[in-house]
Amino acid sequence: MHPLVQQLVSRGPVITDGAWGTELQARGLGLGDFPDAWNLTHPDRVGEVARAYVEAGSQVILTNTFGANRLRLGEHAAADRLAEINARGVEISLQAAAGRARVFASIGPTGKLLMSGEVTADELRAAYAEQAQSLAQAHPDGLVVETMSDLEEATLAVTAARQTGLPVVACMVFDSGKDKDRTMMGATPEQAAQALTAAGADVIGANCGQGVAGFVAICRRLHASTDRPVWIKANAGLPTMVDGRPKYSVTPEEFAGYIPELIEAGANFVGGCCGTRPDFIAAITQRLTAARAP
Amino acid sequence: MPDLKQLYESVVNGDAKATQAITQQALADGVDPLKLVNDYMVPAMDEVGRRFEANEYFVPELLISARAMKAALELIRPLLTARGDQPLGRVAIGTVKGDLHDIGKNLVGSLLEGGGFEVIDLGVNVTPEKFISTIQEKNANIIAMSALLTTTMPSMKTTIDALKQAGVREKVKVLIGGAPITQKYADEIGADGYSENAVGAVALAKKAVTVA
Repeated sequence: MHPLVQQLVSRGPVITDGAWGTELQARGLGLGDFPDAWNLTHPDRVGEVARAYVEAGSQVILTNTFGANRLRLGEHAAADRLAEINARGVEISLQAAAGRARVFASIGPTGKLLMSGEVTADELRAAYAEQAQSLAQAHPDGLVVETMSDLEEATLAVTAARQTGLPVVACMVFDSGKDKDRTMMGATPEQAAQALTAAGADVIGANCGQGVAGFVAICRRLHASTDRPVWIKANAGLPTMVDGRPKYSVTPEEFAGYIPELIEAGANFVGGCCGTRPDFIAAITQRLTAARAP
Repeated sequence: MPDLKQLYESVVNGDAKATQAITQQALADGVDPLKLVNDYMVPAMDEVGRRFEANEYFVPELLISARAMKAALELIRPLLTARGDQPLGRVAIGTVKGDLHDIGKNLVGSLLEGGGFEVIDLGVNVTPEKFISTIQEKNANIIAMSALLTTTMPSMKTTIDALKQAGVREKVKVLIGGAPITQKYADEIGADGYSENAVGAVALAKKAVTVA
């Protein structure tokens, strides 16, 4: 096990962060604006989000770099500033953490399907290598390959991320099939855990796709299929629209209520994805602190 | 005369080369192109859909079957157009304003084509104005909108409102889909239909054109 990962998980469950996009929108990011570009234009507001999570108790925070790969940036005509967007994203989170939390830099999917021929494996490899190197230059504590639907793409990303020598978390979205326990491409938690372990990921996990209740069984199956620690970031359920804005019916306390079950199912890192906010992380912190109290 | 059961099999198995070869041979032998579509290819896509619902097929299998179907339709469609046969419907499809995630949209588009619809792919980040002009200029009778993000799903309502203002809402059926979308949301914004997955979207579109 990577020494840093070992060190983090040896003290019990590690609290990660919640969603970023919605927090940035609350601070003025417009519909359709590219969130990652804010690392250059509004670093103060991106820093506010990172700080809100650290203050809520996150021990690991991510970075605002989810979409900062060449294939996605190309859509935003910002590809020439790729290295800068990634590096600034890491710096902003490191500064907000100020030693109180570890920073794992986010690497999201390219949004292109290998299977349909929109992109080749070589193009994916190059895009992920480029982003991972740009992130690594700003010295994060680790990298997170997240929200992946295609195991083949995830494996290419993990391989590229590992070249940096940083610990690598790899997590997939399980939201397909009648039991919502497959990736979009049909992989089971067992298949994902085995392939990502073989690719050399230091931590294996699941994020996004469905509400927290569905994650307990997935977590158990991931845990049973790998010797690596497990990372879980669930959604707050599906939103309903209230006054034109998405509203999630799950409260921070209800969400946090699932955390003991997730830990029992083998989760070592716990946090939230879409619909979760700093108050969700605060609720998790409170619950875990209470559980630790003598 | 080729064994047309093989046409059905090749679509189900996603064998584009075989599908195209059998189609070509059948057309050369004088088989009615519409018969190939309705008696063999559409039932094959129905079977693909059934396997998807049963967790036997996933997105990769859907994609390769849709691709096989498309390969055959490239030979068949010009013949149908030449003799004046209309497609089942004309679908203008796109991800809504602000949303650039097109995997789901592309998949639904391929399956709709496979299901006999003419698909006008408007791409990503499609403005309400673009949907409106496609209805006016290309006679689209179905609008299919996709959004992956909770932050962009409000664009669906904006688009429906714009269709009403432009006086074209009654000319089309509006179908929506995407990860955060629910039937409840579809009802709230006045969409005509919602499907949880791409296979359901084809059934929905068929229903939309038959109960017009």
